[in-house]
Amino acid sequence: MSKHVLRAGAAATTVIALAGVLTACGTGQGGGEDSKTVTLVTHDSFAVSKPVLKKFTQRTGYKVKVLRGGDAGAAVNQAVLNKGNPQGDVFFGVDNTLLSRALGKGVFAPYKADGLAHVPEKLQLDGKRHRVTPVDSGEICVNYDREWFDKHGQAPPRSLDDLADPQYKDLLVTPNAATSSPGLGFLLATVEKYGAGGWKDYWKKLRANGVEVVDGWEQAYNDRFSGSNAGKGKGDRPLVVSYATSPPAEVLGKKPLPAKAPTGIAERTCFQQTEFAGLLDGARNAKGGKALLDYMLSKTFQEDLPLQMFVDPARDDAELPEVFTKYGESADGAATMDPARIDAHREEWIKSWTSLVVK
Amino acid sequence: MALPLAFFGIFFAYPVAAIVARGLRTSAGDWRSERLTQVLSDADTLHVLWFTVWQAAASTACTLALALPAAYVFARFDFPGKQVLRAVVTVPFVLPTVVVGSAFLALLGRGGVLEEWAGLRLDTGVWAILLAHVFINYAVVVRTVGGLWAQLDPRQEEAARVLGASRFTAWRRVTLPALAPSVAAAALIVFLFTFTSFGVIQVLGGPRYATLEVEIYRQTAALLDLPTAAVLTLIQFATVIALLAVHARTVRKRQSALSMVPAEQTARRPRGRAQWALLTAVLTVTALLILVPLTVLALRSLDGPDGYGLANYRALGRTSDTATTAATFTVPPVDAIGNSLAYAAVATLLALVTGGSAALGLTVRNGTRDGAEASGTGAGSGTGRGAGRLVRSFDSMLMLPLGTSAVTVGFGFLVALDEPPLDLRSSWMIVPVAQALVGVPFVIRTMLPVLRAVDPRLREAAAVLGAPPLRVWREVDLPMVGRALLVAAGFAFAVSLGEFGATVFIARPDAPTLPVAVARFLGRAGEVNYGQAMAMSTVLMLVCAATLLALERIRTHPSGEF
Repeated sequence: MSKHVLRAGAAATTVIALAGVLTACGTGQGGGEDSKTVTLVTHDSFAVSKPVLKKFTQRTGYKVKVLRGGDAGAAVNQAVLNKGNPQGDVFFGVDNTLLSRALGKGVFAPYKADGLAHVPEKLQLDGKRHRVTPVDSGEICVNYDREWFDKHGQAPPRSLDDLADPQYKDLLVTPNAATSSPGLGFLLATVEKYGAGGWKDYWKKLRANGVEVVDGWEQAYNDRFSGSNAGKGKGDRPLVVSYATSPPAEVLGKKPLPAKAPTGIAERTCFQQTEFAGLLDGARNAKGGKALLDYMLSKTFQEDLPLQMFVDPARDDAELPEVFTKYGESADGAATMDPARIDAHREEWIKSWTSLVVK
Repeated sequence: MALPLAFFGIFFAYPVAAIVARGLRTSAGDWRSERLTQVLSDADTLHVLWFTVWQAAASTACTLALALPAAYVFARFDFPGKQVLRAVVTVPFVLPTVVVGSAFLALLGRGGVLEEWAGLRLDTGVWAILLAHVFINYAVVVRTVGGLWAQLDPRQEEAARVLGASRFTAWRRVTLPALAPSVAAAALIVFLFTFTSFGVIQVLGGPRYATLEVEIYRQTAALLDLPTAAVLTLIQFATVIALLAVHARTVRKRQSALSMVPAEQTARRPRGRAQWALLTAVLTVTALLILVPLTVLALRSLDGPDGYGLANYRALGRTSDTATTAATFTVPPVDAIGNSLAYAAVATLLALVTGGSAALGLTVRNGTRDGAEASGTGAGSGTGRGAGRLVRSFDSMLMLPLGTSAVTVGFGFLVALDEPPLDLRSSWMIVPVAQALVGVPFVIRTMLPVLRAVDPRLREAAAVLGAPPLRVWREVDLPMVGRALLVAAGFAFAVSLGEFGATVFIARPDAPTLPVAVARFLGRAGEVNYGQAMAMSTVLMLVCAATLLALERIRTHPSGEF
């Protein structure tokens, strides 16, 4: 046996040993197989406060391990790719714009969570099949900078029609519908309002009226929107596509608290977004997963949501924090759309929108 | 050689092949060749490819033009604050690209600093992209080229001048050939980095500009159109491989053994008007290009709700348990710093071991005639040109992770490493492994030029005198490459510290790194969240600069003498 064969053998052994150590770390540290652990797979913006997680452990004996994987779209796609051999037990963070994709691929196993009776019917988009549980909801709305409109002695826009009005020329900035979820929501709101035939004409008008498209919500809101305190008023656009909960967020950290939020929402520009959780098909700890789903609909968890993720709780009897009740506005007439319809047309709409508005 | 090969195979080739195959085959197992032609014949694809190549080439050229003089100044001149400055220029490298983009907007955009001072507005577009790319990659050239340059014996050039060569001729005939491999290596790394640019393009380019990387991300993460993503990945691969082949050909011709001295002996205070002018010019460019944007970021982190102060930093310290109204969304900053450092340390170690043994394997084979020295995959260079080519292509192959889309690697991990014995999906190891993949090319590229420059006769002499291979390495190679090793470690560490792309796609235990924490803060409305993002970024800058400084300190320890 020659020397280099020996050495190759030794090296290969090292690699295998290394791989072994890696896996050992993986299972040892992770505790994925442990029946006392529930693994929650979610997106990067998921947040929950520590006491609320602790309470879950006290009540049920299960510890929660949170795995996050990119933005909402990426996280859903990962769940789809891992179908049947999931990374965890519960997935949270699929919204109505992506719901049909996940349901169509059979990612979730049905489970009817306790507390569903307190969730309004309109949020229960999977009807009686209960493959997913609505956890929170929110609206994507055009936000306006109160100070800018006061200073210019102009009334802020209220509806989608207003946005195309020449008096609001060059004022609106929106995130890209192809790469950002509020951008997509706004596009869907216009499709819902003007119909399959009319939405393109509407966007032609918006384009003529100087709508600006930037790639992400961060740029639109932080860098371009004049009402964002993050930008210290350096932004040059007083209208932005964001969330209905952005105004209360602008108030946080202010001392003393102002009488009114510095920004407001144009109430007839909104699109309803609901986020769901579901038991992953093939979950190793299905029992713990079900307990976690129940807990996510409990009042404790629901009342923790608003300040953690800036969304509204799905339960109608959950109490909202003061910043929400005082500075938030609700858009009752927010547009909605059947998830199946979104799934069938999403790509086609984004494509036409891109060639119409961006290029 | 087997170690890097196995690492590369298990953690790169296999996952990427798996995700690409997933896209290119139907569930019945047939290949979808029609998608290939479909995507390839799309005018949009060609447009994206053209822009990607074009902007990467332009960014590389700009970076070299601005950073090579700086590499010279850092290598040959002594001036106060040099060490600190060398650490600071590396900071942009670890900053999340979203933050970099935002800093440039603050400087160049509407109502930006430049507009306030000079009435100039660059705003978004190609120039802003190029400038940001130079900002980020400046350190690659300064540190890799400068690292070697500092160790070149200036007496070689002086000897040529004594023999009658002009200053320029002496430089062109003596120094340039010695530097060429490391300049080429730096250029290659910058090209690959800008070729796969993502965040900068998104923030500063707006929706009108897209690189292949952006397109792949869109197709994979947003649309789940795996077939199209797979084809785009293949296009990206083909381009990178072609580039690596060209690179390998041009560099190979210019290997020469160099005479090297400790860096401390080559640097001296500038003399004469020309040298002072050069130093001043380089420092001015560095200040405008690197320090000003970094300062803007730091200032923003201090700009709290009630004017300048530490309010944003205090907000970081508040955890959800104590806050009553505000800022409940926090990653305790100390935790994030700890996570980042731990991940980066493990990743650096992995990268050094893997990349180091690869670099050593590549040198030893090229440097000896004895086939017995070689181990692993094939025979040594002594057995013929074919094997030599194999070795060379392996050398290039290890660069591939730099030219591969982060989302492809991330999703590949999830699809491929999902079954025992290698179910790494929820292991913390997955993060440093992904980060090390990007670090390995740095280690190899930094160490190869130096290792190859070690005169093989030294090794032979040691071997003749009876030293076993390990001892030869310890006594001959290690002292010579000590500096390169530290430069490599510095880069691997910085890359790992700032890595965002691959790690963010990997669902992982709840241990966010600093860049991930920054991204989470930026994704929320409100002054407090934004201020915290800026504070976190500043912390990231400081941690990076402090670590690199510490690394440099280790180097100046007497053991570096030879």
